Amino acid sequence: MPDATGLELAAQELSEAIPGSILGTEFHRGRAVLLADPPQTHGVLERLRAKGYSFLASLHGVDYYPEEPRLGVLYELLDMQSVDRISVKARVATDAARIATVTDMWPGADHPEREVYDMFGVEFEGHPDLRRILMPEDYEGHPQRRDFPVGGEPVLFTYNEEQNYGKYQ
Amino acid sequence: MEIERQPLSDFRVRQLQARDMLRGDLSDEELERYVEDRVLLTTVEKAVAWGRGNSIYPLTFGLACCAIEMMTIVAPRADIARFGFEVLRATPRQADLIILSGRVSIKMAPVIRRLYDQMLEPKWAISMGACCSSMGVFNNYALVPSDKFMPIDVHVPGCPPRPEALLHGILRLRDKIQGHRREGWRERYDAVGTEEVLPQADGDSAAINVYQPGDTAGA
Repeated sequence: MPDATGLELAAQELSEAIPGSILGTEFHRGRAVLLADPPQTHGVLERLRAKGYSFLASLHGVDYYPEEPRLGVLYELLDMQSVDRISVKARVATDAARIATVTDMWPGADHPEREVYDMFGVEFEGHPDLRRILMPEDYEGHPQRRDFPVGGEPVLFTYNEEQNYGKYQ
Repeated sequence: MEIERQPLSDFRVRQLQARDMLRGDLSDEELERYVEDRVLLTTVEKAVAWGRGNSIYPLTFGLACCAIEMMTIVAPRADIARFGFEVLRATPRQADLIILSGRVSIKMAPVIRRLYDQMLEPKWAISMGACCSSMGVFNNYALVPSDKFMPIDVHVPGCPPRPEALLHGILRLRDKIQGHRREGWRERYDAVGTEEVLPQADGDSAAINVYQPGDTAGA
């Protein structure tokens, strides 16, 4: 992990290279996070990758429901030479949930991006094969969003036996 | 013809009779008696059910953590080979029984239904564990209870059920196949009237976890 100072230095460097790309930083419990502007995230990741953070350890989505913009896409990067980690967070709104794919840099991001698309509905522009990965193709909605109903099926117990809930017909 | 039975407790007597039978020395009354002692009468249905119940071939099919417990019933401690259920077939075309051992996701449900449809009649299904019967702790968007898409013969509760419980479930299935009336424990144990109290569906507070049809916002 870069320490808090190192994180600020990295943010400064990236801001100078790509103006307006870094919206802020978070340093919490030793974890360094760069808040990136979604349209510039690809460039930020490209620079970090060239700097040595060459391994994409994880790519995942988050829904920060009451906050806006709601959705977050997190990239966890690892520098395997110096064993150094840094996270990049891009916040996108639900009505314009689009971000550039990173499969051109990390082909392994293919499936994580499909999962984020499946669960949160973030569209990765330029992804070679953006389909649902876990839910069925004809499924409606993105189930990991906070406003998605928890759902579940009514189950046949003794008390609702007469209504035939959940029974094979 | 009236035949008087003789006690054949003596092994030596039966042995000598069998020898005479093979030599063709038995005749008339002795021959009648010999045959009657060695013939069982039953119906074809009962005989077939007996055979079916004692040679269930389960499908080699595991879904989740319950499958670990399911594997154990083949191992020496539980050992379903004692009852003739040990031939786990690797294709549904040869299997009689499908054990749904684990949670069924809505993406897996059509696959299971297809496997079940591929099995030849007569066929049976056991729903093993809480997830498969009532979705247990995973009652959310991803899962579907097995009763929704196929008929289930025996539900084995537990999370996961112990191998003994599954074994008991299979033995109950055997009773079902063979036509034994082992249901009706309330009558046998004089427990009629002890059914659980039914909460009313009209917004009763006791029915807090009762889902109404079409209600997906609960839970």
